[in-house]
Amino acid sequence: MNTKEALYNFCLRLADNNIVLGQRLAEWCSRGPILEEDLAMTNISLDLFGEAESLYEYAVSLMDNNSTADHLAFLRSEREYFNNLLVEQPNGDFAQTMMKQVLFSAFAKHLYEALCNSHDETLKGLSAKALKETKYHLRHSSEWIIRFGNGTEESIRRTQFALNKLWRFTDDMFVMNDVDEELISMGISFNLDDIHAKWKFTISEIFAEANLQIPDANNVITGGSKGFHTEHLGHLLCEMQYLQRVHPGATW
Amino acid sequence: MVNLDSPLTNEKVWKILNQIPDPDIPVVSIVELGIVRNVENNDAEKWIVTITPSYSGCPAMAVFREDIKTVLLESGAKEVELKISYSPAWTTDWLSETTREKMRKHGIAPPETNSSQSVELFADSKRKITCPHCGKNETHRTSQFGSTPCKALWYCDSCHQPFEYFKCY
Repeated sequence: MNTKEALYNFCLRLADNNIVLGQRLAEWCSRGPILEEDLAMTNISLDLFGEAESLYEYAVSLMDNNSTADHLAFLRSEREYFNNLLVEQPNGDFAQTMMKQVLFSAFAKHLYEALCNSHDETLKGLSAKALKETKYHLRHSSEWIIRFGNGTEESIRRTQFALNKLWRFTDDMFVMNDVDEELISMGISFNLDDIHAKWKFTISEIFAEANLQIPDANNVITGGSKGFHTEHLGHLLCEMQYLQRVHPGATW
Repeated sequence: MVNLDSPLTNEKVWKILNQIPDPDIPVVSIVELGIVRNVENNDAEKWIVTITPSYSGCPAMAVFREDIKTVLLESGAKEVELKISYSPAWTTDWLSETTREKMRKHGIAPPETNSSQSVELFADSKRKITCPHCGKNETHRTSQFGSTPCKALWYCDSCHQPFEYFKCY
């Protein structure tokens, strides 16, 4: 795999994480527990879509294949999506949505922080921008998790349940393959083991403050960055891609 | 308005762009916001405008792009090219005191901290933003996210008016 192909694949991985999580958050639109949270989740969703679009545009610019950002978003099947398994998991209740959000945002924050030192100028710039947004996302979900963990018996039960349920998908965010190998050697991306350690530190602090117990890693499942997904992604894409599949080439 | 008879100069292009308002905060222009990073032209009377996105998903960006092209073509430019620059990343630190005052007059509280300060947990519940209506700082946040990506919702406990706060970014 040459550097260009690796970078293309890496941009898709980052963009796919953003678009899939953005789509999940958008599912909350008009269903939020309170108006302010409806606004929050759709705002975060908008940030994620924006980040995805910039990354798809950059990916397209790397390849001379007449592709477009819309094409990448709406015409690839689930086996061609490289997002991590965590972000495609169904929303569940609000505690599960916030738990997914905190686990992912902490990962995104440390990854973007590292990528601010990338030798690739565009990736560096995009990461600096995304980092600002991600910090707000992390704060938002952390505050909820800490409140829930110190709340009622019911909120504590649901939040611990969410953590137990989602934990087995977290290792997947740090799996490296030949894409990472190539980009690390060129100084474009970084060792995800280091990101893993920083992530673990950040979320451990949050969970300690929330009095939540990090579960034992059982039934760990990985494969997202290779295009192997849980059953949920296909259903999500069905809904998200419906319009372009039924009316190919439709534009605003 | 700008005189269309004389040829466009760099200075004139900046002036023209300074008349394009932000659709969400019409009292402030895209130049004042720091969206326009550079203006240059080549011999073929093609003007190249470099802009930087404020927020990744901000729908206003699409409006800016069209507006910039339209006004420059109307002002005599033969061709306009837009370049997007991501580095340095846009920050609210670039807002001048004049721009901040314009926001206040429009009922939006400008950012009060520096972007290098980290986004601390529960910081907003300890912070008091100065109300743009009455100038008092007996206020509280009602929502971290608001009507646009750049703003949060706040409430003044002194004059009992809701207001928007332009988030530090």
